[in-house]
Amino acid sequence: MSTWPIHPLRGGVHPPQRKTLSNQQPIQRAPLPKQLIVPLLQHLGSPTDAHVGVGDHVLKGQLIAESANLISAPVHAPSSGTVSFIGPQPYPHTSGQLMDAIVIDTDGLDMWCSLEPLTDFHTASASVLLDKIRQAGISGLGGAGFPTVIKLSPAANQPIKTLIINGTECEPYITADDVLMREKAAQLMIGIDILVRILQPENVLIAIEDNKPEAIAAVRSALDARSYHVVVLPTIYPSGGERQLIQILTGQEVPSAKLPAQLGILCQNVGTIVAVHDAVVEGKPLISRITTLTGEALHNPMNVECLIGTPAIDLLEFAGLQKNNMSRLIAGGPMMGFTLPALDVPVIKTSNCLLAASAAELPAPPPAMPCIRCGDCAEVCPANLLPQQLHFYALGEDHTQLQAHNLFDCIECGACAYVCPSSIPLVQYYRSAKADIREQANKLAKAEHAKERFEFRQERLRLEEERKEAERKARAERLAKTKAEQAKKAAQAQDANANNPSGASDDELKRLKITASMAQVALRKAQKQLDTHGTAELQAQVEQLRISAEQAKQALDAATPSTTSAAAVTKKPAKPELGAAEQALKKAKIDVAMKRAALRKAERNEANAETLAALQAELSLAEQGLDKLNQTEEVGV
Amino acid sequence: MPLLLPMSELLLILVSAILVNNFVLVQFLGLCPFMGVSKKVETAIGLSLATTFVLTLASICSYLVQHYILEPFDIEFLRTISFILVIAVVVQFTEMVVNKTSPMLYRVLGIFLPLITTNCIVLGVALLNANRSEYTFIQASVNGFAAGLGFSLVLVLFAAMRERIAIADVPKPFQGAAIGMLTAGLMSLAFMGFSGLIKL
Amino acid sequence: MSIVFISVAALVVLSLIFGAVLGFAAVRFRVEGNPIAEQINALLPQTQCGQCGYPGCKPYAEAIAAGDKINKCTPGGEATIQALAALLDVEPEPLDAVEGEKPQMVAFIREAECIGCTKCIQACPVDAILGAAKQMHTVIVSECTGCDLCVEPCPVDCIDMIPVTQTLQSWKWEQPLAPGTLIATDRESLS
Repeated sequence: MSTWPIHPLRGGVHPPQRKTLSNQQPIQRAPLPKQLIVPLLQHLGSPTDAHVGVGDHVLKGQLIAESANLISAPVHAPSSGTVSFIGPQPYPHTSGQLMDAIVIDTDGLDMWCSLEPLTDFHTASASVLLDKIRQAGISGLGGAGFPTVIKLSPAANQPIKTLIINGTECEPYITADDVLMREKAAQLMIGIDILVRILQPENVLIAIEDNKPEAIAAVRSALDARSYHVVVLPTIYPSGGERQLIQILTGQEVPSAKLPAQLGILCQNVGTIVAVHDAVVEGKPLISRITTLTGEALHNPMNVECLIGTPAIDLLEFAGLQKNNMSRLIAGGPMMGFTLPALDVPVIKTSNCLLAASAAELPAPPPAMPCIRCGDCAEVCPANLLPQQLHFYALGEDHTQLQAHNLFDCIECGACAYVCPSSIPLVQYYRSAKADIREQANKLAKAEHAKERFEFRQERLRLEEERKEAERKARAERLAKTKAEQAKKAAQAQDANANNPSGASDDELKRLKITASMAQVALRKAQKQLDTHGTAELQAQVEQLRISAEQAKQALDAATPSTTSAAAVTKKPAKPELGAAEQALKKAKIDVAMKRAALRKAERNEANAETLAALQAELSLAEQGLDKLNQTEEVGV
Repeated sequence: MPLLLPMSELLLILVSAILVNNFVLVQFLGLCPFMGVSKKVETAIGLSLATTFVLTLASICSYLVQHYILEPFDIEFLRTISFILVIAVVVQFTEMVVNKTSPMLYRVLGIFLPLITTNCIVLGVALLNANRSEYTFIQASVNGFAAGLGFSLVLVLFAAMRERIAIADVPKPFQGAAIGMLTAGLMSLAFMGFSGLIKL
Repeated sequence: MSIVFISVAALVVLSLIFGAVLGFAAVRFRVEGNPIAEQINALLPQTQCGQCGYPGCKPYAEAIAAGDKINKCTPGGEATIQALAALLDVEPEPLDAVEGEKPQMVAFIREAECIGCTKCIQACPVDAILGAAKQMHTVIVSECTGCDLCVEPCPVDCIDMIPVTQTLQSWKWEQPLAPGTLIATDRESLS
């Protein structure tokens, strides 16, 4: 077999590997837990929506949550049982905040739902295979959790030429991929075959570090006649990072803001590929994974095949946890993992390791001392960055310089902090700086958006004003024109009237009709006002209007030659008037609400005690009135 | 003194004005903008470009004034006032150009832009050129331009250093102008090391 | 005597020439508008809330360009003051507000009490309230900037300002202490 040329990693560190703690025994099967907590977001992308309700009975592998969004992965029930709760539950995150999850009380039967394996994937089309992978809810099991189906669907003009199978597992303590490759090499090969069928790459490289001789042997013997290359890499951290691995195997550097797919390269973790095999060949969705349980606080460190959603405490107790010996529980490895604040968090699709560390094993770091500018951090950075400069700019919050020094290319591997002689927690500075920059960018985008809406609104109001102005002018012109015409006609009518004293002309009649109807409308409006706000002025106004309406009506009747009733004057049909009692009730309710609001406003504006007392008195009066009306209604009807 | 080629003479003037007899750190002229505008590199670059522009134009114009107005009419005693007139006009012109090309730079430089008028380097170069009557027109302009380059070099270097000092862990008594002065003094010592660079 | 005459003439001629040059330059290099105000406006949070004392963000930006202080924007808070200080090369000052910096808020209409008067819709500067006359009004949360302008006009006082809750997705790492601020003996005595 020809050896594939490798380009050694620039930088990198050699922390103690501590893999022999957990890779001495085969994969154990974790016992079925009593409760499974299945979070709705276990991947990069949009959270899923639950498709089941509390009390539903679910079968093992049944779809329980899905998202309509493209960048998402559906979630399946890891075992059969009853859904007992859907809502915020503990989640493996360093903040300890809760996340929505579906809680299933297992019934112990572990009954599968009906599975639909693909009989022969060699003849299936790529889209059928991708659909199976998507339905199985597979996301990257190596740590990031990106939905696999999207990674496997590159753009048509960017075909994948090199498929890299990532079996390096460079982080200390973690051995999940190691034992997976030893025991499931055959499934791994078939999984790679499926991927090859979808992507049709030119080269397939299986990268394994040289500290896993059994895994290398197992994978090599499972190769048979396939032309895949098994590439053995020298052990160094972090050779397993996607961009670092690509650089080691191909010598190509993935540019700053670009994806490996744009270079025609795709990377997949061995665990993800075995899950692809299970989904296609056995029809099983992603409901379990291999997790390393390790650390000196465990009596029996091991690798377990555990169901997604198993509470961490169950697994740790299965591995013989010595609680008084454990000083920290870390999700992930000692370099890139984070401390879990509680033990009841569930295992999710990306949980590759639970490290129960004793105080002696992972002591608390000494307090940070000022940077002595030794430059060790820049020597070990696998991404060729300048951690020292990033540190100073992060301290000074100089976002421009941080971005000029490619802060977002940092993979947060922790190699720089590992070698720092001053024990500065460098990665924490970078994480916080990245978060600040993202937050500022969001705020800026939001402000831009708000500015656009504001300017659009100003424009809209301005256009409305213009339109109103134009209409007003047009109306005024029309009125002036009609007045002129009327004056002309009136002059004519005068002459006509001289010959026709009895009965007015049609125009005259129309005018009288209009006056009469307008008087009626004004009277009705005033009456309505009077009903809601009964004041003396309004009373007087109403009287006046009534008189003028009467006069107009009389004038009209006098002028009308025919006997059309005055009722025809009212053109508009009268609105169905509310009964007096209902009107009064409505009025009282509105009155109370307004007085209450006025009181609250006065309180907020800190008015003096007298004003407050007066408003309070008005409010109580209004409330009493309302109560009385309510009582009469109840009694009366 | 052997006759030197005209090109190498210009090179001598350049090296001398930029490094050996740097106007800011060796001749100690123009210290006001040096300390006042060196907090940010962008501002420093802006001001140094403006000053270089002023220096070149001012040395050209003052050379012309000296040789075609002052000397023929024997009114050399008007040198100072006419040079200042020339410099003031050039600075005013530069202000307008800066305001047009970058209003933000104009705003940020603030008072330091018109203060180029009182920058000792500008009047200094003009007077030095007038005193060295053997200078040709080209040599005088190159002297002015090189003075500007030297000023820019030192200003930008100092600004870059001050930006880093601003976020470094400076002890309380030294923070602010004090550490700036100390740094300037050390830079000056370094530049004086260039003094043996050219041997005539 | 002639020397005086010549020197005066020389200076006058020089001044005339330079005056002409400057006059020409003044016309040629005229600056229209106020480009600085645009750059300042781009840094303001665009809530148009008026808490700075100006009727909107653009008027405040123009005021800052004319020389007003930069510490009046409450929704922008410390971050905006720092950004303005960096842009204008002035010293950042603490926020000049009564209650200090408040967390991000959004408006919420208690629908049971809403009477459909549209007064809040007319008040919202970014049209973030959905509704019509005599129909239910509701706040579009993603568009609401928390400017507070809708609370006053409501005649039945049914609008609350509630702070935006922090979710797992909006949580972020805190910057650790500057190195050297905590020494070993301090930490031991603390724990």
